[in-house]
Amino acid sequence: MMHIYMIAAAVFFLFPSSLVADEPGEEQIELGRKVSFDSMKGNCLACHMMPGGEQPGNFGPPLIQMKARFPERSVLRRQIWDATEKNPKSIMPPFGKHGILSEEEVDAVVDYMYAL
Amino acid sequence: MKKISQSRMFLLLLPITMLWSCQTKDYSALVNKDIEEFRAYFTERFPEVELDDFADGVYAIDDNAREQWLAMEDFPPYSIAVEEGQALFENSFSNGKTYTDCFPEGGAVRHNYPYFDEQRNMVVTLEMAINECRSANGEPPLEYKKGDIAKISSYMAYISRGKPVEVKVSSQGAYEAYLKGKEFFYAKRGQLNMSCAGCHMRYSGRRLRSEVISPALGHPVHFPVFRLKWGEIGTLQRRYAGCNRNIGAKPLAIQGEEYRNLEFFQTVMSNGMHFNGPASRK
Ligand code: HEC
Ligand code: HEC
Repeated sequence: MMHIYMIAAAVFFLFPSSLVADEPGEEQIELGRKVSFDSMKGNCLACHMMPGGEQPGNFGPPLIQMKARFPERSVLRRQIWDATEKNPKSIMPPFGKHGILSEEEVDAVVDYMYAL
Repeated sequence: MKKISQSRMFLLLLPITMLWSCQTKDYSALVNKDIEEFRAYFTERFPEVELDDFADGVYAIDDNAREQWLAMEDFPPYSIAVEEGQALFENSFSNGKTYTDCFPEGGAVRHNYPYFDEQRNMVVTLEMAINECRSANGEPPLEYKKGDIAKISSYMAYISRGKPVEVKVSSQGAYEAYLKGKEFFYAKRGQLNMSCAGCHMRYSGRRLRSEVISPALGHPVHFPVFRLKWGEIGTLQRRYAGCNRNIGAKPLAIQGEEYRNLEFFQTVMSNGMHFNGPASRK
């Protein structure tokens, strides 16, 4: 019995998100979609092709098949939070770091990305 | 011990300080090297575009947009501004003098601006010189972004068409102003953390939403611009302010030091091209 608790605790500390994060609800994904398309917020379409967006820009790569390309959620979140961490010259705005989006909005955008 | 090291230090530094004070730097050589690199960046990126054609901005690199633009040029929307600018230019001040008392060659001097004024240790732009002419003649200054000043500037640009861009950087002061403009151009700023160079060099020719980004080479050469979005004629620095606002940077004074140095840098980068303003843009 003791053992099982210990394993559970270890699993929790190693992979906290695997226990905490549920599949995001529709509302959350809808929020992420709104923030992504809003030209005063994410405005991702200015630079990225995105399913459902018209007249996309082409500074960055198309935002498709995100699950396959970003198996690690934290990697995708960091790209959106502060793209200059990976590429100091990046022209992609550091959405989280510069307060363009809130923590919650960045999370919602990430959830939306995985729904693409 | 302390004494020795100090005198050693002095001996070490002596030749350096001597070199420093004897040498007058060849500023134009330094600047010419920058011009060469800057130009090469764009001629490699857009090998089919001739140097002078970069003055047409996005229409030099986007065939679709170019056709619409050429059609518009049949009845250029800036022509009224040029006419009104001429009338304003020829109109006498209340003291009986006119702009021709300030500007030689009937005002066909667009190509003498911007320049570095050694006495005042600052960059002087054409729009600034227009307002200085007014105050020298007891007239109130004009607002800098648009309206009469842009019209007068358009007229002066129009009668100076074809004159070469030859901005000189030949003193320490001029070089410092140039370097400040250069730094401004390449530095990331604002909430969006973007630089002029980011869009107008690295992503020139790419699309931001549906807008193709113009190459920075030749930016100042065709101004002032009648912009359909503005529905009127505006100056280069008005456009600077627009791009600066779009990246969420703090607003700067039109004709303030930052924008004058930026205009100086951008015009130096256009040396060897020919003035062809005013122009029309979307
Ligand atoms: C100003 C242009 C611009 C905007 C706006 C922008 N991006 Fe980017 N993005 C880029 C560029 C350019 C890259 C390519 C990598 C780099 O240079 O950082 C990129 C890369 C990415 C990547 C990595 C893609 C990959 O395959 O490696 C993701 C994910 C991404 N952006 C998501 C977003 C999201 C989500 C938004 C909106 C919230 C957004 N971007 C807004 C320019 C932009
Ligand atoms: C996010 C990308 C972006 C950034 C950063 C940016 N611009 Fe622009 N700029 C544009 C777009 C889009 C246009 C309209 C299309 C065009 O002509 O390039 C434009 C137009 C211009 C024009 C008018 C070009 C013409 O042919 O009339 C000038 C001049 C200009 N920008 C200067 C600057 C300067 C100086 C900076 C830095 C303070 C800057 N821009 C930063 C996107 C940008």
